[in-house]
Amino acid sequence: MSAIYILWLREIKRYSRSRAQIIASLGQPLLYLLALGFGLGPVFQRAGQGSYLQFVAPGVIGMSVLFTSIFSGIGLLWDRQFGFLKETLVAPVPRLHIMIGRTLGGATIAIFQGLLVIVICLLVGFRSTNAATLPLGVLFMILISLVFAALGTVIGSRLQNMQGFQLIMNFLVMPIYFLSGALYPLNNLPMGLVLATRLDPLTYGIDGLRGAFIGAAHFSAATDAAVLGVIGAIFLALGAQSFAKIQI
Amino acid sequence: MSMIHVDNLVKTFGEVKAVDGVSFDVAAGEIFAFLGPNGAGKTTTIQMLTTLLAPTSGTMAIDGLDPRRQPHEVRRRFGIVFQDPSLDGELTAYENMDLHGVLYSVPRKTRVERIQRLMTLFELWERRDSVVKTFSGGMKRRLEIARGLLHTPKILFLDEPTLGLDPQSRNQLWTHVKHLNETEGVTVFLTTHYMDEADRVAQRIAIIDHGHVVAQGSSQDLKTQTKTDSLEHAFLALTGTTIRDERADAADQMRQVAKMWRR
Repeated sequence: MSAIYILWLREIKRYSRSRAQIIASLGQPLLYLLALGFGLGPVFQRAGQGSYLQFVAPGVIGMSVLFTSIFSGIGLLWDRQFGFLKETLVAPVPRLHIMIGRTLGGATIAIFQGLLVIVICLLVGFRSTNAATLPLGVLFMILISLVFAALGTVIGSRLQNMQGFQLIMNFLVMPIYFLSGALYPLNNLPMGLVLATRLDPLTYGIDGLRGAFIGAAHFSAATDAAVLGVIGAIFLALGAQSFAKIQI
Repeated sequence: MSMIHVDNLVKTFGEVKAVDGVSFDVAAGEIFAFLGPNGAGKTTTIQMLTTLLAPTSGTMAIDGLDPRRQPHEVRRRFGIVFQDPSLDGELTAYENMDLHGVLYSVPRKTRVERIQRLMTLFELWERRDSVVKTFSGGMKRRLEIARGLLHTPKILFLDEPTLGLDPQSRNQLWTHVKHLNETEGVTVFLTTHYMDEADRVAQRIAIIDHGHVVAQGSSQDLKTQTKTDSLEHAFLALTGTTIRDERADAADQMRQVAKMWRR
């Protein structure tokens, strides 16, 4: 158990020491909120859908949690590059504990990053329709962070070097984001996109966040949470399996 | 009883036979040097002994235990200084030590005492709260060795520990290693490219080339056997004077490409 704790703590320490990186990582959500929130706002309004800023804010919060958690998992690659991974692999600790500690650490910083983005949303003018549902929103952030930190671990364990990184970015991470309904409503979509959005785990996370923050969900909160829970469990199992197979 | 026992060990990467039927024994309390040109199979052998790599065939025992069947027990018994750095550069020196102590279940009180003692011994205590990425190469090496000793291992693996160090740091490092071996009876398994180091510290030496052990014995035995007057000349007489870098690099690259996506 103490191994899980110390590896979790390591992730937190590394995150809290990279101030420049934290600030840099807040630039992208801010850009989405300002450029899209205000840029697409008038069109959205005219289509009778209300405020686009209100609509897109939960999507941007979900995006930050997605990126932070998945990249923390892929951070395994850096540990491989800089050698620290070996130090943990020769330690007399079950691989499962190492994997759990790292993944929980990644999920924790992703949730923290999400909370920072909530603050930015509030500063830009986003208003939650029901502040009492904030805990529900945090629950969805936790679920999103666990699902994608585990997915990052799967990828980080299987990828041998940084060459595959761009591939993962363009063919996995960006599609997960753009097909999740973070930027557009899920109703009246063309058939292909309906299918794609239904298969994307982030869809249920963003939907859950939207339900919690602005009371406008497509599915029920229970459905969203159940789907994320099941997918999270599958990814964690896959992550544990991939991590156990790592050889140097 | 031998602390390390290796019999007919083989490891192949695709077509390349990195280790091809290696056998040797290291007695408890011995300093054993494993020498060979680049790509001879030294690091691969260490990786198999330290549970990081599964051998293709052959048998091994560390303190009587099989690294494949009892990796956990084996891991408790050795400390290792890898050929490449393995510290977390974003953490402080103390945090790196502490993390290691926790991973090896060293009780808190013992941990605090030993960390201070080892860091003082390796002249790092003053810099304990500095982030490791600000350290010089020599300081990082010393920290790695201090860390490898924190859980009082029976065996210390040192894979080219003096690579890139100045003569002062090298001298200091081997003095420490010899001291540890004499006072605590730690078995030391080392690889190096500096023959004078092996000559100075090792009681027994094995020379490996193309994945085979080509000779083993004391430094004197090897000199006598090759009718040479220095270990350097004995080494060259046994392994030839051809440079091996290119062959090793090509093999390495093939391995890299093949392993980029693991199954």
